[in-house]
Amino acid sequence: MRFFEYESRAIVAKAGIPVGKHGFARTPARAREIAAEIAAPVVIKSQVLSGGRMKAGGVQFADTPDEAATHAERVLALEIGGHMPRGVLVDSRAAVQHEYYAGVVWDGIRKLPVLLFSDMGGIDIEEVAERHPEHVVSAHFSTLRPFADWQAKQLISSLGITGQALTRLTPIVARLARLFLQYDMTLAEINPLGELADGSFLALDAHMDVENEARPRQRALLAELGVGEQETRQAREPTAFELAGEEVDAQDHRGVAGNVTEFDGNLGLVIGAGGGSLTLFDAVRSCGGQPANYCEIGGNPSVAKACGLAKLVLTKPGVDKIAVMMSIVSNTRVDIVARGVIKACVELGYDPAEKIAIFRIPGAWEEEGFKILARYGVDYADRSVSLHEAARRAVERIGPQSAPVDGPQHDARERV
Amino acid sequence: MSILIDEHTTFIVQGITGREAVNLTRECLDYGKGAKIVGGVTPGRLGRDVHGVPVFDTVAQAVEHHGAPIDGSVVTVPPAFTKDAVFEALENGIRLVVIVTERIPRRDVAEMVELASERGARIIGPNCLGIIVPDVIKMGGIGGPAKDAAKSYTPGPVGVISRSGGMTTEISSTLTAAGLGQSTAVSAGGDAIIGSTYAELMPLFEADSQTEAIVIYTEPGGRMEADLARWVTANDSRLPIVAFMAGRFMDEMPGMSFGHAGTIVEGKADTASEKIERLAEAGITVAEEIAAIPEMIRAKLGARV
Amino acid sequence: MSAALFIDVEVDDSIAGDRELAAKLEEVCPVDIFRAGAHGLEIVSENLDECVLCRLCLDASPPGTIRIVKLYDDGAVLGAPR
Repeated sequence: MRFFEYESRAIVAKAGIPVGKHGFARTPARAREIAAEIAAPVVIKSQVLSGGRMKAGGVQFADTPDEAATHAERVLALEIGGHMPRGVLVDSRAAVQHEYYAGVVWDGIRKLPVLLFSDMGGIDIEEVAERHPEHVVSAHFSTLRPFADWQAKQLISSLGITGQALTRLTPIVARLARLFLQYDMTLAEINPLGELADGSFLALDAHMDVENEARPRQRALLAELGVGEQETRQAREPTAFELAGEEVDAQDHRGVAGNVTEFDGNLGLVIGAGGGSLTLFDAVRSCGGQPANYCEIGGNPSVAKACGLAKLVLTKPGVDKIAVMMSIVSNTRVDIVARGVIKACVELGYDPAEKIAIFRIPGAWEEEGFKILARYGVDYADRSVSLHEAARRAVERIGPQSAPVDGPQHDARERV
Repeated sequence: MSILIDEHTTFIVQGITGREAVNLTRECLDYGKGAKIVGGVTPGRLGRDVHGVPVFDTVAQAVEHHGAPIDGSVVTVPPAFTKDAVFEALENGIRLVVIVTERIPRRDVAEMVELASERGARIIGPNCLGIIVPDVIKMGGIGGPAKDAAKSYTPGPVGVISRSGGMTTEISSTLTAAGLGQSTAVSAGGDAIIGSTYAELMPLFEADSQTEAIVIYTEPGGRMEADLARWVTANDSRLPIVAFMAGRFMDEMPGMSFGHAGTIVEGKADTASEKIERLAEAGITVAEEIAAIPEMIRAKLGARV
Repeated sequence: MSAALFIDVEVDDSIAGDRELAAKLEEVCPVDIFRAGAHGLEIVSENLDECVLCRLCLDASPPGTIRIVKLYDDGAVLGAPR
């Protein structure tokens, strides 16, 4: 989960890394107060989780508190990349002599965190690595032993940095490495890390991502920052349809029938499991099908959950039929899913044989499942029908989409 | 032969009294020649038994009861307790740990992997279904109940490595239906950091005389496929590889994760199309559909099968 | 709640008022089909379709007193025939 800039700033400061005077404001009046406290020219920065703030006009410079309030009012009303800002960061403007970069990420191949440092800060580190590789250095470090200052010092000095800059940068970079592990980050970067005229350093901007899996044990930090338990901060806000999917999945603790993502096609998908869903979604698209949604069934959900998911998909505007497909199951039961999807059709007043374009789930309890499907006249397939073949059959059965359906467009999702 | 495990492998199940663990214990005991599950561990449940397997409070008790070093452990305890369980296994001499649990924070996974490497041990998973040697042994829930696993898996020349547990079975079943058996199938795990990647399992298959070809199932996210491509090129592998890449649609949706925690397109290098290119450069054939895999394997093996 | 489509459970009159057995059935059924009520055994009809055919209720009761009927299989019965 991505943190807003003002939250990242708080995390950095909490770790003992120097930051400039700043404040977070949700109103122009508060922005004016903060600017008055800083008592120097400020910059007003939109707090959104989208890139391209500067370009969109979300970063404004103000010389007086009144000007700060005026700019804050405008920035607070400015939508960027489909997101309204959470507020504005009122930040002091430092006279920076030189900009550095410090960051920590995971290396999935070495399976260790890797500390990155560059004396060319202020621009994207990937760009520096590509164009000026001699200006980026990196070092992996242990997760078992505490991160030591000398590890940061050795890395920084390998770029030829010495004197006061080295001794002042060392504790900052070491603290960043430690906070990365302490707070279960997947990304922790300070960019730029500014060197001021007096030789001191300030973290001017920071990006932090905490791992979703670690949220339960980072509750204290999240509470301190005021992050709500329900805030997912996905690349885009969940749609009403997706939220309804979460409700279906939360109705009982048995298995999974959820992870719903909305698309705007006419073929409803009730698919699983993790890898099977990925494969099937590709398969439907590769044979010209238009999925209405993505979802995942797994871990042997209850009949009620499978039924709830199927109902949700069946009642989505524009959905003509559903395809119920999974890779061979060993834990999830064929008969239970069959009961769930048939029940959904019957309770909605539909003929299962008509509404279910295909049922392709082989595996555990398939004999029992196929009996149920045969009884309701549903077209089913066993393991001799491949995932792609099943998808093809479903797409053929449903035919082309009759008319475009209103719904969220997903082709141009912006990266945040 | 096989890799990682064979009929003589002894293992324990940590968290054995949990619902899923009870099932997988039954399945492993029933499958093939019958797994040698020499104990189970659930703190506070000393003296109970699960399908005839004695339950202990600690791994040390299980080792003492067995009277000899134990080869492996299947760990299926909640995410918050997994690291402690794995450390306990490693510090009690266990050298192969299969972690079934999902949703374990990356820092914990990295710590477990680091300790394993210091102890000369290997981790498979997390977020995996385990390892199966057809008709011989399975370690984990892979393939499901013994009779279902027997439908999907048969002995033969193909090694399978997959980031998805379910797709390990789907692919093996497709191979089986085409008359191509498997030497060993490994569900390697769907997380961003896993104990054993493709490139780390390849040397084992390379050294296994039964294995003549490899099928891998891959997804967007991470650099594991690029690492495999590098390994294959650097080591002039004798084993032809066919890969299947799922989640191609995710290339259009950066920043979103689908299917497994490890699938998220964060940069250019972890998109499906970029990975397909890397794999192809290393001579690895990428299948468009699962059903096409057996024919590709036959083409690569020529007269050998 | 809608009627069950797939599973019916028939209980013999001889055990319907047995509150001890009712409590035992409530305990063993993994999907909460049985409930120990004030007058003995009650069937929770909205959970009938969740039946996983585990036979634990059959094992817990006198032979032939509980019958699990598969409505989708021409009334095939799990447990002893009538």
